[in-house]
Amino acid sequence: MRSSIIQVDDLSASYQKNKVLSNVNFNVEEGTITAIVGPNGAGKSTLIKTMLGLHPQLTGTVRFWDTSFKIAKKKIGYVPQRGSVDWDFPTDALDVVTMGLYGKIGWFRFPSRKDKEKAMNALKKMGMESYAHRQISQLSGGQQQRVFLARALAQDAELYFMDEPLAGVDASTEKAIMAILKELKRKGKTVLVVHHDLQTVPEYFDHVLLLNKTVYAHGKTEEVFTKDNIATTYGGNMQWIGKGDQYVVHATSQ
Amino acid sequence: MTYTMWIILTASLVGLSCGVIGVFLILRKQAMMADAISHTVLLGIVIAYMVTQQVSGTGMLIGGILAGILTAFLVQMLHSLKVQHDASLGIVFTTLFAVGVILISTSVGNVHLDVQHALMGEITFIPFTTVEIPLIGAVPKATALLTVVLILVIFFIIAFYKEWKITSFDPALAASLGIPVIFFHYLFMTLVSVTTVASFDAVGAILVVAMLITPAASAYLWTDKLMWMLILSGGFGVLSAVIGYWIATWLDTSISGSMAFATGCIFLFGFLLSPKHGLISRWVRPEAWKEEHVS
Repeated sequence: MRSSIIQVDDLSASYQKNKVLSNVNFNVEEGTITAIVGPNGAGKSTLIKTMLGLHPQLTGTVRFWDTSFKIAKKKIGYVPQRGSVDWDFPTDALDVVTMGLYGKIGWFRFPSRKDKEKAMNALKKMGMESYAHRQISQLSGGQQQRVFLARALAQDAELYFMDEPLAGVDASTEKAIMAILKELKRKGKTVLVVHHDLQTVPEYFDHVLLLNKTVYAHGKTEEVFTKDNIATTYGGNMQWIGKGDQYVVHATSQ
Repeated sequence: MTYTMWIILTASLVGLSCGVIGVFLILRKQAMMADAISHTVLLGIVIAYMVTQQVSGTGMLIGGILAGILTAFLVQMLHSLKVQHDASLGIVFTTLFAVGVILISTSVGNVHLDVQHALMGEITFIPFTTVEIPLIGAVPKATALLTVVLILVIFFIIAFYKEWKITSFDPALAASLGIPVIFFHYLFMTLVSVTTVASFDAVGAILVVAMLITPAASAYLWTDKLMWMLILSGGFGVLSAVIGYWIATWLDTSISGSMAFATGCIFLFGFLLSPKHGLISRWVRPEAWKEEHVS
């Protein structure tokens, strides 16, 4: 068995007085691509934000490579939800990607030409090099998401957290993002992705974590992503489409 | 130098500092924080007077800066206690300002401190209070102070340029990279307070707010580059000072008021004519505008 690089023990967190996470326990192995799946309000985003110290935790511990987040953070990349920033900000795509390197550039320094090259290469990987100097508000939703992915690539991290990278993107962007995920996996990187589309889970992810305020199931996709587990996680708030053993479900709104 | 030159120079210094700071106020969606701090510094100045019994000097400067930071801190605290951000801002600044007003009329008595002066300032009197500076000679106190503040503001903006950019654009990413977002929030609020307090005595609260918000909002209409937005915003601040002074002499009216009016005129000009966001370009080339904004 490969080594666990993330250990989460008894994690809990609340949001506006409501407890959204309680008693969350799981370990993540190196080199896996994990989908975090659950109904609306299950605390998926809160989980990764809490793990990254962006949201206060009530109880529990989160360890990366057996150390604290503070020590490990240089090896961790984060892709926030696209809607979390103001795309009218006066900057271009290349500049946004360069921001991924700010942690490494250090105090009182400006990004060097080498940093810009690194950022440009990341944009190229996402097929976005011709948009490098485009104002970010003039990019489509999918292109904006690619810029975010490129920024994470530029960070050259060992472990990535992505919050809904496939939400509301066009088919070609989805393909490009999935190609990058596969490449990251090939390079032995570890990725955790908050994902909303149950249909594509078996195709895209080798591990899955079913979350609804606490962990309902976690493990290899083919073992854990079963109709029963999904049904208990979603607590009946869903309807089954299709038939037989196809894992095709749609969460109904709550 | 003539009195006219000193007045224009002083107002231009206010325009430059406020213009640069204002860009980040707007990008951080904290424009109304300028309004709040420009009023609450009154409380700090009054309390500093009560402690030191002096009208001018470092005591008031420190008092005003502390009041500004206190405002930022209280707004943040109320907000974390689930009061809406704009509401907590309104509550904090009116309350602190009111305390300042009450203290002026009850405890301070008949000195050179009054509400009218606090709101409108009196830039005309600036040339009369001077300090001797080696090599340069007699310089109005307010002008010297504002020069120091401008150097301070430019130093901090350049030294932490990439940190200001990332904490304004994507605070979550900044925090995940280990950049102390909260520290920069308070450092920024300190810069806003310093700029406001220094500008306050010279030009009054209203012009400070006008200079902090309007030139930056105008610059936003003309460019897509942060660096250009900073340069344009500072430039618009200076331009407002010059045009405002000219309007004031022409109509024989309040200098601060005219300068605030000039910032509004510059904004209106951009709002109508800017090639990217202007009303007229929207009307002339609706397709191009739609392509950019609806996708």
